[in-house]
Amino acid sequence: MMNDDTQVAVEVHPRAIRWMHWFNFPIISIMIWSGLRIYWSFDFTRVPGEFGDNNLIPNVVYEQLDLDRKLAKGLSFHLSVGWLLVINGLAYLAYLAYSREWKHIVPRLSDLKNIPATILHDMGLRKEAPAHGQYNVMQQLAYTTVLIMAAVIVATGFAIFKPTQLSWLTNLFGGYERARAIHFLMTAGLLAFFGIHIVQVMRSGFSNFWAMVTGYKLTDAADIELSTDQDTDAKDEELANV
Amino acid sequence: MSDQHEYHKSPLKTLTQEEFDVRGRRSFLTGLLALGLGGAGTVWLAGNPAEGDRIAAPLRGVHDFNSAVWQAFYSPDRLSPTFDPSEARPIRVNGRHGVREEIDLDAWTLDVVGPDGQTIGNHVMADLTALTFEEMTIEHKCVEGWSEIVTWGGTAFANFAALYPEAAEAKFVNMETPDGQYYVSLDRESMLHPQTLLSWELNGAPLTQLHGAPVRLAMPHKYGIKQIKRISRIEFSNERGPDYWTERGYDWYAGL
Repeated sequence: MMNDDTQVAVEVHPRAIRWMHWFNFPIISIMIWSGLRIYWSFDFTRVPGEFGDNNLIPNVVYEQLDLDRKLAKGLSFHLSVGWLLVINGLAYLAYLAYSREWKHIVPRLSDLKNIPATILHDMGLRKEAPAHGQYNVMQQLAYTTVLIMAAVIVATGFAIFKPTQLSWLTNLFGGYERARAIHFLMTAGLLAFFGIHIVQVMRSGFSNFWAMVTGYKLTDAADIELSTDQDTDAKDEELANV
Repeated sequence: MSDQHEYHKSPLKTLTQEEFDVRGRRSFLTGLLALGLGGAGTVWLAGNPAEGDRIAAPLRGVHDFNSAVWQAFYSPDRLSPTFDPSEARPIRVNGRHGVREEIDLDAWTLDVVGPDGQTIGNHVMADLTALTFEEMTIEHKCVEGWSEIVTWGGTAFANFAALYPEAAEAKFVNMETPDGQYYVSLDRESMLHPQTLLSWELNGAPLTQLHGAPVRLAMPHKYGIKQIKRISRIEFSNERGPDYWTERGYDWYAGL
């Protein structure tokens, strides 16, 4: 058999997941950039003041990033590239369902008890990480939440885009103005996720980041043999019965 | 890693260290190429408007594609939500194009032009107020993103179009202000929607000049940019006429 030093690259992220993951980067960047160009023309946090308007996003930010007075251009990008986001999102959901990859991402009820221990471990207050699959329960919660947020962003987007033809959807979000506010706040939430995501990826090391690029991750040969030996379905059932 | 749940039915795919390195280089270059092409495409799209437009041709193309998609689902039965009149609020004056100068309202008339370019009618205000009056309290929406609940009073454009049954078969309705400074064109279906009004009252009072007196368009299923103020010419035409904000990079359809 192989000795303990032998390293083998194991596929951890299928090609489809990687492409769809990275497509999000330019698509969402363009959506946020063009979205802010739209948002500038009616920032709902705007309060007129003695020295000009005050917003949650300072005017100087809009001006420096060339986001002011670009409504027509912002709309044309937003309503074009938006389709790519929808297509990529639907393809991703279809792939998750088809490949059963969703089981990596959606936490099981029985995993939720690991939340405190996982947080303590992440903060360095606990040595042992609770047992988990590809992702720990906090990652699963984050990835599931971000999928839900993305779905709400797309749904509120349509609610704002077609408040007459899709008035049932607009009403579902409490009307036009609320749908617009939810669309914006969910995007802020998405940005918060990206911040945490990037920090966590940096903490977890280059090989994890590189695995999302190449699909493969170098692993000790000994560990692979162990994991392929396991009868995981039986183990899942066992856990579910706890 | 020993706890890893494995859901793949197929055996693990593995690479040797050497294959892994080659793959890494290839992935890196693919990513770089994709980023470069995507970045260059975005910069081109953002900076190269089509002639006579303020946005690039492909972006205009998607606007038109979107319009076709939503027009395919269009139904005159699908109405914008209405509100109790008590919820109506004063509304700001946003666009002054075509209404900057005060006019003599008594001297105002409305020309009607048919598809062959011939003038087929001329109206004074009394001709419009003779038509069935109705009020609607709706949420008026600006393409900028703000909205306001207001009550419009006037007559359905369909009532006016009924005066010209033959001309009103034309595909488009093109309208402009007396000074020609503001102009819109709209498709026939949107104009005949039951919530498209020729309006002369706002929140129960006669329109002010800046809001479009003597008569303007009010239609909650389009953004405000299509709801032309102070109309002095209505042309039924099979040609789509010029549209002020479309020339400035906005979507022509502007449907909600």
